[in-house]
Amino acid sequence: MSQSLDTLLPQHTHHHDRPQGAPVLKVSGLKKAYGAIQAVGGVSFEVRPGEIFGVIGPNGSGKTTLFNSMLGQITPDEGRIELNGEDVTQLGPLELNRRGVGRTFQTLQVFGKMSVRDNLIVAAQEHQGTMFSRMFAPTDSGLGEKADALIDQFRIRHVAHKKAGELSYGQQKLVDIAMAFMSEPDLVLLDEPCAGVNPSLVGGISTLLKDLNHNPRFGKRSSFVVIEHNMDFVMDLCHRIMVMVEGKVMAIGTPEEIRGNKQVLDAYLGN
Amino acid sequence: MKKLHLILLIASAALLLVAPNFLKNYGIYLLSYWLVFIIATMGLNLTVGYAGQKSLGHAAFFGIGAYTVAILMKAGFSFWFGLPAAALICFAVGLILGFPALRVQTIYLAFATLGFNTAVWLVMRNEEWLTGGTFGINNIARPELLGLSLEGNLAYYYFVLAVTVILALLLWGLLRSPWGKAFTALRDNPIRAESLGIDIRRYTLLSFAIGAVYAGIAGALFASLVNFIEPAPFTVASSIMMYLMVVVGGPGYFLGPVLGAAVGVILPEWLRFAQAWYLFVFGAAVVLLMIWLPDGLLSIPERLRAKRQAREASAARAAAAQQAASQAKQLGAQA
Repeated sequence: MSQSLDTLLPQHTHHHDRPQGAPVLKVSGLKKAYGAIQAVGGVSFEVRPGEIFGVIGPNGSGKTTLFNSMLGQITPDEGRIELNGEDVTQLGPLELNRRGVGRTFQTLQVFGKMSVRDNLIVAAQEHQGTMFSRMFAPTDSGLGEKADALIDQFRIRHVAHKKAGELSYGQQKLVDIAMAFMSEPDLVLLDEPCAGVNPSLVGGISTLLKDLNHNPRFGKRSSFVVIEHNMDFVMDLCHRIMVMVEGKVMAIGTPEEIRGNKQVLDAYLGN
Repeated sequence: MKKLHLILLIASAALLLVAPNFLKNYGIYLLSYWLVFIIATMGLNLTVGYAGQKSLGHAAFFGIGAYTVAILMKAGFSFWFGLPAAALICFAVGLILGFPALRVQTIYLAFATLGFNTAVWLVMRNEEWLTGGTFGINNIARPELLGLSLEGNLAYYYFVLAVTVILALLLWGLLRSPWGKAFTALRDNPIRAESLGIDIRRYTLLSFAIGAVYAGIAGALFASLVNFIEPAPFTVASSIMMYLMVVVGGPGYFLGPVLGAAVGVILPEWLRFAQAWYLFVFGAAVVLLMIWLPDGLLSIPERLRAKRQAREASAARAAAAQQAASQAKQLGAQA
């Protein structure tokens, strides 16, 4: 755990398209305690442009606290979070979203009384114009075409005009994920995208996320940070994976490196 | 818009335009009273029904609007100065009342707004130099519009009707704009809304301020309608009644206040035959309504639709099961 960040980062990888460049997200020395419990005890890592970065670890390893800090929902005790080089440690969820951070939640968070299409439109409308101009903007904020494209990509066309609250859990999960991508974010934080999802849909979500990661429509590649317990999903999807144990980083590496790491196997995967 | 909606809209418009000509003075007065409450509860519907902020202080804005116009007119200003002044003052005070909503929600917010209503009511009752105290302010004149006197009940009714239609169209436009979706998102899930870049602070404050403007304009029209105001119509009990109108009509339904205000204003008149039993009948009706239709009268079509869909789905399942059973039987026979 005393290793520096550089030694933890793998120098070679099997992923030929492994993203490079200045980090989109840089977390350094992040600490957060709740009373006597050190939930996160000095975590550092970087996420590069277009990278899918997985965070795994047993329950209570500090993943959620780390996530909530990155999302501005809690303020860390120590450490620094940078987004595209800007210090965003003290910013709240609203400011982070405006700076290009999208997210999904562990539990379903769709707007149940709105149609699926309206759910997608409302997910990006505040990125259009000013508050004043939005008062006079068309009802779809000019986002109808983009919403329809995502609806087709997520294969939810047949329920596009239904109220989101009337859909099945799996369909709502797809709407939930699609919403996070409507505003073309630089960085998307996905909190257990497979939680509660029928196993037959897990592969579909993985394919969707890979497609979105490469989506040329965005004109850039989004970076993702994914917390997930489904190990096959994480190993298949992520370029790099960070293993957390007891609030600290045990290892960061490619899926192969993580799979071959004895320490990780003993602490986590071995279970 | 569906054909049925269009026909209903035209029929209602025709009724509202023509009916008063066949009514006596009291009937016309009652219709004007109803329209005033439609305006007030349209505002409350925005705050409560669309934006999800539990406000029990709406009658305070209604009162502030009424007193603003009455005091200004007594000071020699025109109604046409008093009306926008009432709207502006209510907007400002509404913004201020929105601040507690940034910290507390649900029943706690309801109590905070209730406290505000009580404070405003006490000012109306105790500050005699300004408000006339319990004696109130009388002889509030009705205005002239482009040289036309609105003194007569019928003329004033048409004026209030025109204001109601204009304010309804403005609200319709606002709710169809991205703001409408933002208010609904704020109501349904503020945490998710914020994570999508929706400034929930601003929208919360604006939902109070815009709702307050509607109450203020309604109050101004009320003052001129009844010609005399005193603190009694602006108590917490009135706020609760307005809240009830929104809930009975259907919170978050655009036309909810039209029905809700009818239940609050016109139904009591129809129940006069019950005399001493009037409040009992009214109360019992509200209890039953809340049990059977917690989403208000306008939720009836949606409930019927949901029931029909559930029936169709279960019929389809039964048919599929029957088909599968007969196929299995056939296969069994072949074997």
